[in-house]
Amino acid sequence: MFDELAVECGEWLRGSGPESDIVMSSRIRLARNLSDYPFIRRCTDIDRANIESTVRERLGKDPNLSDLTFINVADLETLDRQFLVERQLISREHAEGDGARAVAIDEGERVSLMVNEEDHLRIQVMKSGFDLENAWSHIDSVDNHIEQHMGYAFHPDMGYLTACPTNVGTGMRVSVLVHLPALVISDQIEKVFRSLQRINLVVRGLYGEGSQAMGDFYQVSNQITLGKSEAELVKQVSDVVPVIIDYERKARDYLINENQHDLFDQVSRAYGTLQNAQQITSEETMHLLSRVRMGINLGLIGDLAIPTINKLFIHTQPAHLQKIRRTPLDTSQRNIERANYLHDELKPKTDPENN
Amino acid sequence: MGELAISWFTPGIIRQLITGRFLRQRLVRSRRLPQKLAASLFCNMKCQKCEKHATFHITDLTGDDLLALHLCPDCAKKYLNTDQLDIESDESTPTISGVLSGQLKLEQTAEDLKELDSKQCPICGISFYEFRQAGRLGCPHDYDFFADELKPLLVNVHGDTQHVGKRPENSADDMAIQIDLIRMRREMKDAIEQEDYERASQLRDEIKTIERGSQDV
Repeated sequence: MFDELAVECGEWLRGSGPESDIVMSSRIRLARNLSDYPFIRRCTDIDRANIESTVRERLGKDPNLSDLTFINVADLETLDRQFLVERQLISREHAEGDGARAVAIDEGERVSLMVNEEDHLRIQVMKSGFDLENAWSHIDSVDNHIEQHMGYAFHPDMGYLTACPTNVGTGMRVSVLVHLPALVISDQIEKVFRSLQRINLVVRGLYGEGSQAMGDFYQVSNQITLGKSEAELVKQVSDVVPVIIDYERKARDYLINENQHDLFDQVSRAYGTLQNAQQITSEETMHLLSRVRMGINLGLIGDLAIPTINKLFIHTQPAHLQKIRRTPLDTSQRNIERANYLHDELKPKTDPENN
Repeated sequence: MGELAISWFTPGIIRQLITGRFLRQRLVRSRRLPQKLAASLFCNMKCQKCEKHATFHITDLTGDDLLALHLCPDCAKKYLNTDQLDIESDESTPTISGVLSGQLKLEQTAEDLKELDSKQCPICGISFYEFRQAGRLGCPHDYDFFADELKPLLVNVHGDTQHVGKRPENSADDMAIQIDLIRMRREMKDAIEQEDYERASQLRDEIKTIERGSQDV
């Protein structure tokens, strides 16, 4: 499965959209539950199967949601589930869970609808760059369409009811995925995080809760979901993004002014290693791609485009690599294939006029 | 593990690592907690990073910030060996059990806690103890049934208890009927388990009637 999808990329990776050199993507998710079933933890196998089929049948009839394709996650092989995690279409918990569960995805991979994750429904919309306003209006309309077909668990005082009280109210998590290599290099990242925490924002790694910050990517999102409107929550995250962007740009300027040689050296070495390594781990790849990505944005590397690098971040991960090569690979085989793949993708373009 | 207390310095951080029993003694000695509560406080505490039992209680002082962490031996080892950065970002999302144990009222005794833990939702059957352990509720009715217990938690996490955002246009469905459905499905399952097939089929028919009614809306 997904062999054809593997060579493509989701819309959110196209590297466009406002401030896309630093803000990779904007994402909003809404947690929703059906009012006539217990939360997932107390669901029987039959309940879960019923929820899954109810959602699939009812939404399948709505022409407004006809671009959604349902995938039965429970039936997928481990590799395929991992593949969806790497593309940010399902969570690790959803991939590793058990029982009836599904995900519905639209063609551009902007919308994903997880069924039977921690809540009955987890609706997610992703946009390229810093584009939270559009992400909100998009997910708001998807939510409205879904609501036509099922009764949500909603409390007049406490809002949308969720399995975990930390999500109750709006059920909304607003996040931006930011690339902050210069703040990492200049050792200022912790200071930034601490100031974000003081204003009730959460910082996580690329793949959400508990994941390591890979490739200097961080997700910044709201912690509070109750007592503020959706618009206020969007604003809370939106307001802080320009500040983070400004910090990162200042750190980049500083590195260029103070240590241009060091910086150029680091970027060039990273590029060289990615082009010429004979075997390379996923972690090292992420680390080096991060340096190269910053190098492109600073004009230090001229012959590479940002979308190519964005794509490589995803395509060099374990499940994607195996999908692209169309064969199962163990860790050491992957390290070799990853190096081969990077070599092919990053080999210097031959200039026909000079030949 | 025994009693053990280690304090040491890492750059910019004063770190204290205390295992369960010793911390309880210290808290009692410093009169911050009555003895009974202190005894119950950390017994059932779950690790803030995994599902295991927390036996390490770590306090980090960085500048003006104080971080309190409750970890199992494995996660404590990992934490103490990794750099600050990941942990601090994790720390901003407190776990339910962490927050709950933090908000226990001082006058609550172990007996009170035991009674509270055994309180059980009549609809989904989840006990407060189970919620406290897992951090997940069992059904929408829990928000009403455990309202008194949840309020302080909501204030702690969100600083608020009143929703002000979006409301579903379609929420005409009577919530009481929906809750009934959850209860009836559970009773049907129980009836099947007890091989009371007459009761089970009766419930099945009732559920079907309600479901048909609500779908026509």
